[in-house]
Amino acid sequence: MKLLRCPLNGLRNISEFTYGGEYHPMPDHHKTSARGWVEYVFFHDNTAGVVTEWWCHTPSSFWFLAERNTITDEVLRTFTVDEYHRQRIEFNHSPLGQDS
Amino acid sequence: MPFALLKYGLSRKYPAKHHFTPAKALKKHYDVVIIGGGGHGAAIAYNLAKYHGVRDVAILEKSYLGGGNTARNTAVIRSNYLTESGVEFYRESVKLYNNLSNEFNYNVMMENRGQLTLAHSDAAIRSFRWRAEVNKHLGVRSELVDRQTIAELVPNLNLSEDSRFPIMAGLWHADGATARHDAVAWGYAKGACERGVELHQLTEVEDIEISQGKVTGVKTNRGKISCGAVVQAVAGASSIVAKKAGIRLPIHSYPLQAMVTQPYKPILTPHVSSPHVHVYVHQTSRGEFVIGGGSDPYPLYNTRATLDQRESLSAAALELFPFLSQARLLRQWAGITDMTPDYSPIMGLSPVENYYLDAGWGTWGFKATPICGVTMAELIATKRVPSLIKPFELERFYRYQQINEAGATAASH
Repeated sequence: MKLLRCPLNGLRNISEFTYGGEYHPMPDHHKTSARGWVEYVFFHDNTAGVVTEWWCHTPSSFWFLAERNTITDEVLRTFTVDEYHRQRIEFNHSPLGQDS
Repeated sequence: MPFALLKYGLSRKYPAKHHFTPAKALKKHYDVVIIGGGGHGAAIAYNLAKYHGVRDVAILEKSYLGGGNTARNTAVIRSNYLTESGVEFYRESVKLYNNLSNEFNYNVMMENRGQLTLAHSDAAIRSFRWRAEVNKHLGVRSELVDRQTIAELVPNLNLSEDSRFPIMAGLWHADGATARHDAVAWGYAKGACERGVELHQLTEVEDIEISQGKVTGVKTNRGKISCGAVVQAVAGASSIVAKKAGIRLPIHSYPLQAMVTQPYKPILTPHVSSPHVHVYVHQTSRGEFVIGGGSDPYPLYNTRATLDQRESLSAAALELFPFLSQARLLRQWAGITDMTPDYSPIMGLSPVENYYLDAGWGTWGFKATPICGVTMAELIATKRVPSLIKPFELERFYRYQQINEAGATAASH
């Protein structure tokens, strides 16, 4: 069984984890077009090589990031989200239809 | 076909014919360049040359003919999907498969053995009834069957009520079939090469040249080629090749693992699939049991086999067929499946003019090979999108018109 190091819980069997998709910064929700949102939601880089991606330690619901090589199947490192996000993202709500 | 076979059988020398002319030097220009020498690429070339008179075609294959996912799939042919677009598309493919050996004058070992999908829950029975009704409406033979009928169809299936997930009902698909996957690629490539198509193996496309939104050529490890149109048919590497043309796709690539036992006497006729315990099993005409459908839990471009999948596939297969407990495994392998969000392919036009997509073939590419050849060739030759593949265009994601076949796919992700 392959092992993955959770930043909170340490080295665990990979069956305890859930893959959460590629890491992409969220687009600006006031400026992004409808097509831009579609691309953010559905389209992927699907890179062959080193990628940054979301993982979750399922029993503890702890989300974190990992750098993984998708050709060699090696995890280079795992780290907590605060490396990328130091501040809370504010969602200034605007009524539907006014930003498109 | 039968006469050719008879003649061959009576000739004492059993002459082996070369299927293709050896690779020549690359020309400077081709009307159509097909990236990928698998079943799909060869089928597109065959149809272009035979039915549209487009013969200035090069198939560029980085490895050898049919050595990618054409060789790695588990050769299941069926059309019991859920959506109208899906059922109509695969139905036409099954029809073409049934006549493929005659079409080629080359035996693809098509066997109409039927497919049985098992329900282990009330929810599965409801979805099977839905699929059966959609299928019947569109002229595909599917019906919901009870345990007694299952026992008659597959006498050696474990129908015990004491198992962990007892079998409650099944979806019987009489149109289900299997064929020799290599022969499909060989048959198409042979027919294409006889009509002037050039197959270039060990020829890898390194870059795609685009000028003013239009594809103008490809750069390969054997030199540059200019061309009028390019189609990519590279299951497992769709995102990588599309990226060279500046196109991003809604695809994640996962390995799908399968394994095969040593050969046994014929004992299992239909293809048996259980989405619930995550396995499908059929016996090849050579006698081996193919046990398939284990997807890795995260994306990867690596065809290694893992012990995890061997364990889970074995456990599931033994639940259905306990007599396999003494079987020895011959091989285990993986193919890279380009999974789309809606489990349907991405076919047709791309954002780049004259650059065509035949991508997103996930776990459903082999069964679509013949219809893919017909429709993609028609698109390239006429520049009009055939109605059968219009729903599968890349643009569907921008309109939120996904074609959800997640429930009708045997392997789960």
